[in-house]
Amino acid sequence: MAVKILKRRPLSLLEKTYLPQILIGLKITLRNLFRPSVTLQYPEERPDIPEGYRGVPTLVKDANGREKCVACQLCEFVCPPRAIRITSRELETGGEDAHIEKAPDEFEIDMLRCIYCGYCQEVCPEEAIWLQDVFSISGYSREAMVFDKEKLYQLGGTLPDNHFKWDRKKAEEEAAKRH
Amino acid sequence: MSAGKVTDGRIDVFIDGEKVRCPPGTNLIDLVEGMGKEIPHYCYHPKLSVSGNCRMCLVELGTPAMDRETGKPVLDEDGAPKIMYFPNPVIACATRLTSGMRVRTQSAKVRECREAVLEFLLINHPLDCPICDQAGECLLQEFATDYGRGYSRFIEKKVVKPKRTVLGPRVMLDDERCILCSRCVRFCQEVVEDDVLGFVDRGTYTTLTCYPGKQLENNYSLNTVDICPVGALTSRDFRFRMRVWFLKETPSICTESSVGVNTLVGSREGKVYRITPRRNDGVNDTWMSDSGRALYKRIEDENRLIDFRVNRLPVRPEDALSEALRRLQGDKVAFVGSGQSSVEEHFLFNCLSRAAGSVLNCLVSRTREGDGFLISNDANPNVRGALCLGFIDTLPEANLTGLAEKINRGEVDAVVVHNEDLTTAGIGRSLLEKVEVIYLGSHGNGASETASVVIPGLTVFEKSGTFINQQFRLQKFLQAVPGPPGVLDDLVTISRLLNLLGKDEGRLATPAAVWAVLSRRLKCFEGISFDTLPETGALLDGSAFRSLPFCEGPSLHFEPETGTVEARA
Ligand code: SF4
Ligand code: SF4
Ligand code: SF4
Ligand code: SF4
Ligand code: FES
Repeated sequence: MAVKILKRRPLSLLEKTYLPQILIGLKITLRNLFRPSVTLQYPEERPDIPEGYRGVPTLVKDANGREKCVACQLCEFVCPPRAIRITSRELETGGEDAHIEKAPDEFEIDMLRCIYCGYCQEVCPEEAIWLQDVFSISGYSREAMVFDKEKLYQLGGTLPDNHFKWDRKKAEEEAAKRH
Repeated sequence: MSAGKVTDGRIDVFIDGEKVRCPPGTNLIDLVEGMGKEIPHYCYHPKLSVSGNCRMCLVELGTPAMDRETGKPVLDEDGAPKIMYFPNPVIACATRLTSGMRVRTQSAKVRECREAVLEFLLINHPLDCPICDQAGECLLQEFATDYGRGYSRFIEKKVVKPKRTVLGPRVMLDDERCILCSRCVRFCQEVVEDDVLGFVDRGTYTTLTCYPGKQLENNYSLNTVDICPVGALTSRDFRFRMRVWFLKETPSICTESSVGVNTLVGSREGKVYRITPRRNDGVNDTWMSDSGRALYKRIEDENRLIDFRVNRLPVRPEDALSEALRRLQGDKVAFVGSGQSSVEEHFLFNCLSRAAGSVLNCLVSRTREGDGFLISNDANPNVRGALCLGFIDTLPEANLTGLAEKINRGEVDAVVVHNEDLTTAGIGRSLLEKVEVIYLGSHGNGASETASVVIPGLTVFEKSGTFINQQFRLQKFLQAVPGPPGVLDDLVTISRLLNLLGKDEGRLATPAAVWAVLSRRLKCFEGISFDTLPETGALLDGSAFRSLPFCEGPSLHFEPETGTVEARA
């Protein structure tokens, strides 16, 4: 390959003194000194998280405070890095939520594996898993970064939607029983 | 009749314009399936009677028009037979093909029918897929993807039916999901003749129930779960434990009896979750027993052996093998094989017994009363394998009297045992203490407790191999899950011992390698290789053993020959 040698223009006398450059730099510094500050004092101050932001995946409860997840394991299936682990259990007959039949026994997300793609939220038929505004998590060990069900619900909180699918189902069931 | 000319007793029919030749009276659904296409259906099952109630299989059907007066086919201008299509679609499952029939399975009208049938099936169907165990292998889901409209026009209240009804010890029913196809009802009536299921009430309120005071508790009840096209019937053992799309299904053979039921072992990440039957029209059709499905629980049995031991102390595998070798070289050794070992294991075990100059080879029998259907009288799946390989030449006995005598007379110093419990086979503990026992097996028992060398082995789910069933059908099973860490495949263990003894067979540590030798060495195995053995097995010539009084009675697709020995002679 041919090597092309570029000629450098020699510096002028003024440039050799470096004074104009220093003055230009000082101008910028002085201007910013009197402008309002844009730096966030993280972690005391937090940025505003826009709607639809894909933070840490979390589990949410419905307006009745009941766990929405029914352990269908679709999120476990769809998750590209295989970050999710679910074992399911059958809900006891006779209980308050017996008509839902199934719930997760354990639900773990390995946050070191999660790539915040949001597929789990997209696939969930019960709208039980949401990527919300939590973006900063840390831990002292790998195990601490595997979030269990309790932690995921704690991060997720309640999502006041108004499907009330299971409430309606229960009402229908009870209406049918009265016949 | 040019189009429907009868040749070699077979007829020509036309499926979507494609000419196919088949025997007269072939079922249309089966024929189309054989062509690699599908007519969607729910209630039809190839092994049950036709009930024609779901209407999902509607197709357009035409037959050559006949002149009533002459009885000859009517020809059109081109001289081809004129085809008269039925004005309304007909159900394919009840259509037996006759010469010259034409079928449209993909026309706009057929598609419209399927869409309409599906819409009706779905109006009262619950939105249960996320919690329904059938999801992923549900015909309603599958055909809804193909023919569903994606939203519901049904604004009325859905019919509510009982959910979580316990039908029997192993089967649970969700009536809302039931599409009333009656497959389960017909199975109970026709296959097991235990007529416990039926429909009550009418119209949309029709409900599947058990006969009052009865339960669906026969040993074949879980087949209803398999054939239920939707998630109405679920297995109480498998229920909610794993989603089916995670399961890896490995073809295997049930070890419950010498019937050799073909199975699929569903596992995920090294754990078995369920066993389902695999269709083999020469052995088990599409059925299997409930008890056979529970056998996977033995993998995690608490008496599973995982350590190599010498004199009850854990040692390294090499030390256990060299201790075994010392016994094999120095002592007068007898060999007790197992009717549960594979053909390959029998072969290597036999080589080992010859190399060690075995005093006596024997096998322990496991006879009990079968059910005449898919459980035979012999609980050993592979006695015929041991016979074919010449490990034994008489049938196994329940009590090893020959061995007991030899031990008593001091003619045996050591016994190599594969998987068998000698203490329940006529060799009491006191007798066993007179000899050194080398035990190779997957589970601990009376023999392993007194053994001086214990070498752990694998279960049928953790290794590959072949069995020879009661019909002398050679059938292959493949490894579904890995064995416990550190445990050697039985084949590897035996071949290592052979290797240490300086035998050529010491190189044969996989079924494929064993078969490469076996197919050359034994006439009855000529031309067989492990990799190309068909999934449905290969029938061997068992005539050499015809005179043996095998214990099996008649069962599905099997008639014992021994009963007629005298008659033939
Ligand atoms: S956001 Fe993506 S990577 Fe993270 S748990 Fe959900 S599916 Fe998995
Ligand atoms: S979070 Fe949603 S997708 Fe995941 S198991 Fe629960 S219900 Fe299913
Ligand atoms: S039977 Fe099929 S369609 Fe019905 S809830 Fe179960 S998986 Fe869904
Ligand atoms: S329970 Fe299943 S197999 Fe039985 S009638 Fe209903 S849908 Fe058919
Ligand atoms: S399969 Fe033909 S009517 Fe059901």
